[in-house]
Amino acid sequence: MHGRVKIKTTAQQEEEKRKEREKKLKIYVAARDACFSKRNEGIWDDEALQLTQQLLSSNPDFATLWNYRREILMHLETVKDKDEVQKIYEAELSFTESCLKVNPKSYGSWHHRGWVSARLPRPDWARELTLCDRCLSLDDRNFHCWDYRRMVVKMSGVPVDQELAFTDRLIGSNFSNYSSWHYRSTLLPLLHPESPEPPSPCREPPQSSPPPSPQTHSHRVCEEQLLKEYELVQNAFFTDPNDQSAWFYYRWLLGRGMSIGRSVCKYEREYISALLCFVNHKFFVFLTAEREEMISCVYVNRDEERVAVAFSRPVNAQSVGLFLVLDGQPQRVEWRSVHPRFKQSPVWICNLPPGTISDITNERNLTVHWTEKHTHRDCALYTGRTESWCRDSATDQELFRSELSVEKTSVLQSELQSVKQLQELEPLNKWCLLTIILLMRALDPLGYEQEMLAHFRTLKEVDSMRSAYYSDLCSKFMIENTILKMEYAEVRVFSISDKNLTTLCHLDQLLLVTHINLSSNHLQRLPPQFAMLQCLEVLEADNNAIENLEGVYHLPKLEEVLLKNNKISTLADLQTLASCPKLKRLDLRGNPVTQTANVESELAELLPSVTDLLL
Amino acid sequence: MAAEDLPSEFDVVILGTGLAESVVAAACSRVGQRVLHVDRRSYYAANWASFTFNALLTWIQEHQAESLSEEVQDRSSLVEEGEELIYLSGSDSASISNLQVFCYISEEAEEEEEPPNTTEEEEAGAAGEDAAKEPSETESAGSKEEETGEAAEGDEQAAQEQGEEPEADQPQPSAPPSQSEPTRKKISYTQLEKEGRRFNIDLVSKLMYSRGSLVDLLIKSNVSRYAEFKNVTRILTYRHGSVEQVPCSRADVFASRQLSVVEKRKLMRFLTSCVEETEEHQAYNGRPFLEFLREQQLGDNLQHFLLHSIAMVTEDTLTEVGLTSTRHFLRCLGRYGNTPFLFPVYGLGEIPQCFCRMSAVFGGIYCLRHSVSCLIVDKDSNRCKAVIDSRGQRISCSHFVVEDGFVGADRRVTTPTRLLSRAVLITDASVLPGDSEQQVSLVTVPPTDGRPAVNMVELSPSTMTCIPGTYLVHLTCQSVGSAYEDLSPVVTRMFCTAECQDQENRPAVLWCLYFNMADGSGVEPEGHDLPSNVYVCSGPDGALGHEHAIKQAESIFLKILPEEEFCPPAPNPEDIIYDGENTSPTSTGEEEGLTAAGGEGEEKQQEQQEEETSLQPEE
Repeated sequence: MHGRVKIKTTAQQEEEKRKEREKKLKIYVAARDACFSKRNEGIWDDEALQLTQQLLSSNPDFATLWNYRREILMHLETVKDKDEVQKIYEAELSFTESCLKVNPKSYGSWHHRGWVSARLPRPDWARELTLCDRCLSLDDRNFHCWDYRRMVVKMSGVPVDQELAFTDRLIGSNFSNYSSWHYRSTLLPLLHPESPEPPSPCREPPQSSPPPSPQTHSHRVCEEQLLKEYELVQNAFFTDPNDQSAWFYYRWLLGRGMSIGRSVCKYEREYISALLCFVNHKFFVFLTAEREEMISCVYVNRDEERVAVAFSRPVNAQSVGLFLVLDGQPQRVEWRSVHPRFKQSPVWICNLPPGTISDITNERNLTVHWTEKHTHRDCALYTGRTESWCRDSATDQELFRSELSVEKTSVLQSELQSVKQLQELEPLNKWCLLTIILLMRALDPLGYEQEMLAHFRTLKEVDSMRSAYYSDLCSKFMIENTILKMEYAEVRVFSISDKNLTTLCHLDQLLLVTHINLSSNHLQRLPPQFAMLQCLEVLEADNNAIENLEGVYHLPKLEEVLLKNNKISTLADLQTLASCPKLKRLDLRGNPVTQTANVESELAELLPSVTDLLL
Repeated sequence: MAAEDLPSEFDVVILGTGLAESVVAAACSRVGQRVLHVDRRSYYAANWASFTFNALLTWIQEHQAESLSEEVQDRSSLVEEGEELIYLSGSDSASISNLQVFCYISEEAEEEEEPPNTTEEEEAGAAGEDAAKEPSETESAGSKEEETGEAAEGDEQAAQEQGEEPEADQPQPSAPPSQSEPTRKKISYTQLEKEGRRFNIDLVSKLMYSRGSLVDLLIKSNVSRYAEFKNVTRILTYRHGSVEQVPCSRADVFASRQLSVVEKRKLMRFLTSCVEETEEHQAYNGRPFLEFLREQQLGDNLQHFLLHSIAMVTEDTLTEVGLTSTRHFLRCLGRYGNTPFLFPVYGLGEIPQCFCRMSAVFGGIYCLRHSVSCLIVDKDSNRCKAVIDSRGQRISCSHFVVEDGFVGADRRVTTPTRLLSRAVLITDASVLPGDSEQQVSLVTVPPTDGRPAVNMVELSPSTMTCIPGTYLVHLTCQSVGSAYEDLSPVVTRMFCTAECQDQENRPAVLWCLYFNMADGSGVEPEGHDLPSNVYVCSGPDGALGHEHAIKQAESIFLKILPEEEFCPPAPNPEDIIYDGENTSPTSTGEEEGLTAAGGEGEEKQQEQQEEETSLQPEE
């Protein structure tokens, strides 16, 4: 058709572009070589500044050139007067700005800008803040910019309330940006620090050591502000319950009104790891364990001349300076973990020199010192007793729930109400369900047990991809509840049959248990941690799917092992039982291993102490 | 160009520079058609135009003046055998009616030290004097109303309403300066005139749906490079006597203070559920949308927002229509900002001009103040062979596109003409002052007492359509009575005018204009008593978006050139090969012509704007 505009063909365009690129490359390589040779000769002149500028503006990620540039600038600083330096650095700022336009995530450009800003004789921080705002409005997750902005704020001393207003603005425009929420969480404690209250004695365990660290307090936020924050974050998760940022921040907030660091932190860590499992990208949260470090239990057995020590966290007893003192006499003992697999373990055992405590008519006083932490625990073995222990129970330590004052409980109650309200509207929202479960656990783990189980069932249905995770989490909570029940009842029997357990945990808390009933669950193994049950006499684990008995290892008092209807298939799987000297009764009915040829004679050879074998 | 004769042969001749005509011109030039695009007026964009304040006053005067019936020149000498003539109408004055102008400010800036105890009577007297000084508007308003009986009625009513005011003795509906706002800095009429060039007052009031056909076309054709856009920043609604913000985007819902968290969840859930059509939705087909909303357990607040501000439909609209409309709204959200709408910087009149510019770049020839007086029709084929322009030149063409106003009444398919009621206000404050003074707001006013729903667009100076310290407010509705009858009740309720001086907290109206415009939605491109290669473009329609005009332009283009693509992307300037003498000089020449005719084009480009939205699709 006539009159049509003629347009270059793609081939023509390609050819032109190719030539253009070749030309550019030549210039680039020449300039780069010139730069390097100048640097080698130690020349710091304007021409070098020009050359690096030329190169960096087309490739702002050339770190060597930025370094060279800084060398030149530092040299110029020594020869020019202050006004000239100011001018040079201002030019640097506008240069880096143009580089950032090319690549807003260039490490080199941001770093250089930070370096220049810090050296500028008369910095214009307001301008820098504006630049950051513009950058963040283009990409509110540009972490380089967030970093740089933090530096600017620090250097220029922007008041905290202004920064809080800044996060208000960012959250207002997009509340799915965790950077803003997180920044908020760092600002709030600075803005409204709650006046430190004296540690109330009733809440502290009697052995309690140092008062809460200043750090613990610095993370607290006053109640009035907290309520505002709850409102803000509720607006977010009611608006979009599938957005994780708000839930994460909410969780952080729920920990703020609480007074004692260590338990809160334990709870929080669990929650965050619970939430993190939803996040499949690289997302790291480092939380320091604030739980007080201590020796939580010392157990001594007269007949076996054996001492077991439990710690509040896994340690390597051989290297933390653990000393045992018996009636004022330091003892040379060899500490070993309960299972050779563990270099770090919360439970360590040792044998006393033969005869030191065997006389039943003597009272013995035992002290274990943890010199590294300047802490110790005593244990008296009275006359006529064969064993003794001294410990803080899980209930004493409130390990499995947050320690809350009454007023904070009411806050949590009302939070539970509003999240339940959301759940009525969104019965299938996983974040909502999980938060309800965790709030219930914080409030009353035993009282809400049935509701919790129901919510777990829903969770497994709506988020079937993670059903195994939910099963494990539910197992953990059920074990915690059972431990609490056992301790309230002051017994040494741990019975948790028919609870759909898929995993075992908190086994260090079961050091004193003599009788455990795990029947009718979905366990597949008794893990090495099971060896922490140093007092165990009877193990009931019928009707599971156990195929591995690794943890039934050197249990000195174990007499009875009931494993009916499990999946033990080879004799090798039973090997570890041989390390339990007192094993007398073994029930293997309904296991594949019973089909092995000569099983009876093989077992008799493997486990000579067993007198009552059921196949 | 005007002094010389035009080339005597074109592929497409287009009369009228409204949006649809301009899009057709761009589309035809783009694929190599020789296009002649003329308009009898001295400005681009016909009834889609934007005017400076002073140009608007001139426009008002022109429309109020007796329409000079141009003597129809006999062109039969140019007719050859087997041909006949169709005369076109000389003007389109019928499309605008019932013009009324009200000025509520004094000519000169008031003295700062004005004694606060001035009595109302003194004020009224002063106002009378002021009013007398500005006869051009007020008198012309009167003279206009003599033209038609309908308008006279409106005037009577206006006068009656004025009668309740202290200055009843004033024959003109001019009001005294309101003494209610001593703190606000008064803007005088002189200032409006002096800075009048900084106004860009649109005759139509529309917004661009960010996924509507206009935006898609602007992007696809690269015409977007000629204009810049601003986000409409918020959607408001008038309810229970006050203006409230409508939470529509996720960020709005989050930030809203008037909704409870449960309402927030319900609203978000409803909106999410609307995105895809479900069986539940289909079950309501044929039943009113309001009934559907009621059964969603949303509550009054949300129901109001959804019906009037998001779906923007009436209570008896059917569910499927309401849902389609809601879906369109939602699709448009978040592409460029927190509302579904964009507004072109410097006003809507820019858009037709952008397409004209594209046409000129590809060789289209442009003449303003130039018209086509008649068509030459081949009797045998009943096709238009050529046109005769207003200077008597015979120009042959294969296709002719014409704005409907130029088609003689005798040739039109007579459909009952619907009208739009329009009001343009210059105010001194926003209807809902917010954190920022640069809000661009859409305000939906639901229908009341048989009066139609009113769409109101409030433009801040950031859109470069009004001067700092003022807001430009456009009101539009389907006409029931005259524009004044339809819209002045809304104005009186929401603003401070002479009729309601006691409302200190409301924005004051400084100046306002009412008029009716023919509703173009009823005009079809074909079916008139016209040759088959003549296509009629309608004027602006009453809808908020531009779908009607763009759809019409595309359908006309496809009739002219069924094999060609409609507005393919324009190449980058550096990729165009200029080999002949004829292409480049022509196009550059025409582009200059366009710039000059289009007003302060160059000046506009030089002015720097922040936060402008370019139409590059976002990630």
